[in-house]
Amino acid sequence: MPVTVSIPTPLRSFTGGHDAVELAGTTVGEVLDGLLATHAGLKRHLVQDDGRLRTFVNLYLNDTDIRHLSSTATPVSEGDVLTIVPSIAGGRPAVATELPKLAHAEILRYSRHLLLPEVGVEGQRKLKATRVLAIGAGGLGSPLSLYLAAAGVGTIGIVDFDVVDLTNLQRQIVHGTATLGTPKLQSAKARLIDLNPNVNVETHETRLTAANALEILREYDIVVDGTDNFPTRYLVNDACVLLGKPNVYGSIFRFEGQASLFYSKEGPCYRCLYAEPPPPGLVPSCAEGGVLGVLPGIIGSIQALETIKWIIGAGDSLVGRLLLFDALKLRFRELKLRKDPDCPICGTNPTIHELIDYEAFCGIGAEPDYSGLEISVEEFRKEREAKGDDLVLIDVREPHEWEIAHIDGARLIPLGQLPDRLGELDGHAEIVTQCHKGGRSMKALEILRGAGFGKVRNLAGGIDAWAERIEPGMARY
Amino acid sequence: MTVRLPESVADEIRRHGEEAYPAECCGALVGRVAGEVKEVVRLEPAVNRRTDDPHRYLISPDDVRRLEAGLKSEGLEIVGYYHSHPDHPAVPSAFDADHAWPWYSYVIVRVDGGRGADLASWVLDVELPRMHPESLEVPSEV
Repeated sequence: MPVTVSIPTPLRSFTGGHDAVELAGTTVGEVLDGLLATHAGLKRHLVQDDGRLRTFVNLYLNDTDIRHLSSTATPVSEGDVLTIVPSIAGGRPAVATELPKLAHAEILRYSRHLLLPEVGVEGQRKLKATRVLAIGAGGLGSPLSLYLAAAGVGTIGIVDFDVVDLTNLQRQIVHGTATLGTPKLQSAKARLIDLNPNVNVETHETRLTAANALEILREYDIVVDGTDNFPTRYLVNDACVLLGKPNVYGSIFRFEGQASLFYSKEGPCYRCLYAEPPPPGLVPSCAEGGVLGVLPGIIGSIQALETIKWIIGAGDSLVGRLLLFDALKLRFRELKLRKDPDCPICGTNPTIHELIDYEAFCGIGAEPDYSGLEISVEEFRKEREAKGDDLVLIDVREPHEWEIAHIDGARLIPLGQLPDRLGELDGHAEIVTQCHKGGRSMKALEILRGAGFGKVRNLAGGIDAWAERIEPGMARY
Repeated sequence: MTVRLPESVADEIRRHGEEAYPAECCGALVGRVAGEVKEVVRLEPAVNRRTDDPHRYLISPDDVRRLEAGLKSEGLEIVGYYHSHPDHPAVPSAFDADHAWPWYSYVIVRVDGGRGADLASWVLDVELPRMHPESLEVPSEV
């Protein structure tokens, strides 16, 4: 099936002056291979050493850029016209004297980097010149800030407002037992400066919000997102798109993780991948669902790696690719991501031009008023003493949580089984639902009320509040 | 080949560079080839699609297609491109050479502290991945 390949003026000296060449093939890739086989001189101008099209070479099948079709796998048929369209790029060199110099002690410290031609002295100086902002000093923020500091990134900004808690130390390795109870920023800064005193650590002790995000992010070259919630993730994405900054994304849950590099100038953004957040409560947080401690170490390290590669300009970035990691199967998979032309913030006709209310966007804060449906742990103990077994306590956690600790006399019905086990409950009984911290039990309450149970209340703060205030000897997790 | 650029067009390149300063300007050189001479007739200023880095320029393929679409009927074609080097000599960078196409003339204008200065034209050496200067004539017009 002959296809016409239209040759632009600058390349006609390689096709004997012809402005078009007829070639057979069933896909764009086959036609391209045929073109390069018959006109070998074109090769260095069209493809890289690895055979992929050079970034400034564009192929249009009839009137559509093949990047919007199936790239080189796009099928072709007789009569199609494949046009090579140049994009024209260039620019003055970055002024070498603008990059900071390395002291002798730094040259020694970074010697294993300097031995790599991909890094070298220039790359190391670029690292020193760069300002990276890490959102969060938690599971992902720990390994990525440690590696970025060790690598010699000149300035690392960190946004966090939390305090180091014992449950953090199973994975948040930038903190330690000695810093329990201190602000995470203070704890992380001390550790990072101990690791590399050349690094300037800037701390932002605040919750990142639509009111302050642009102001904080503006001062940095690249943003690394280590957040654990959807509103902040959309906020970071939108702020990065509006400011034109790359956003190194990572997320973790239980045994699985994801990573990508969202850079709307070159590829898709987080909204192109996930246009809408999941309904609130559908995806449990790490605090609710658990996470294997090593997992953020792997995903956070990948984020640090992508950040460093972007700074020094080495290798293939994760732009346009979503890396999926399954720790139990020990398997990496990769999905191709495409820029969504209808994306509300980075598409062709964006509708979002400023930051919005992300809590509302994610459906948070729009929940019904639960006042009157909750009972405090103190109140519950008092009522229980008076009513005995007439007050039924239903623990909706998972069996492995029950094993850690449970309240005497409670009945275990995991939330997922509740709709099928309603028959086990007395419809006239007074029921109190309970979980770890009060979130899942509120869903259980909704299920029970929806099924016609009239006297249901939720134990505010769950077993954690019970252990803290009523039964101090009980294990907390 | 020699590039022949009327003085008014050379001034227009300088002005475009001054307007874009401190970022880079870019655009196409429209003309015709007569023997060993590229006669530039006029400019087609382009939108610099790189807004993240003032030291880079990019003309998108869609823009190139739009520019080219109307030229054929006039008997004209794109013979090269121009861009500015703010506070930097009119000499191609390694980045320029890496991204250069054969045959096109690349005219660079130095913009010194916001004032358009000297121009030079460069062409890719097809054998070596670097650019060499080509003769640029700027005839004054009567």
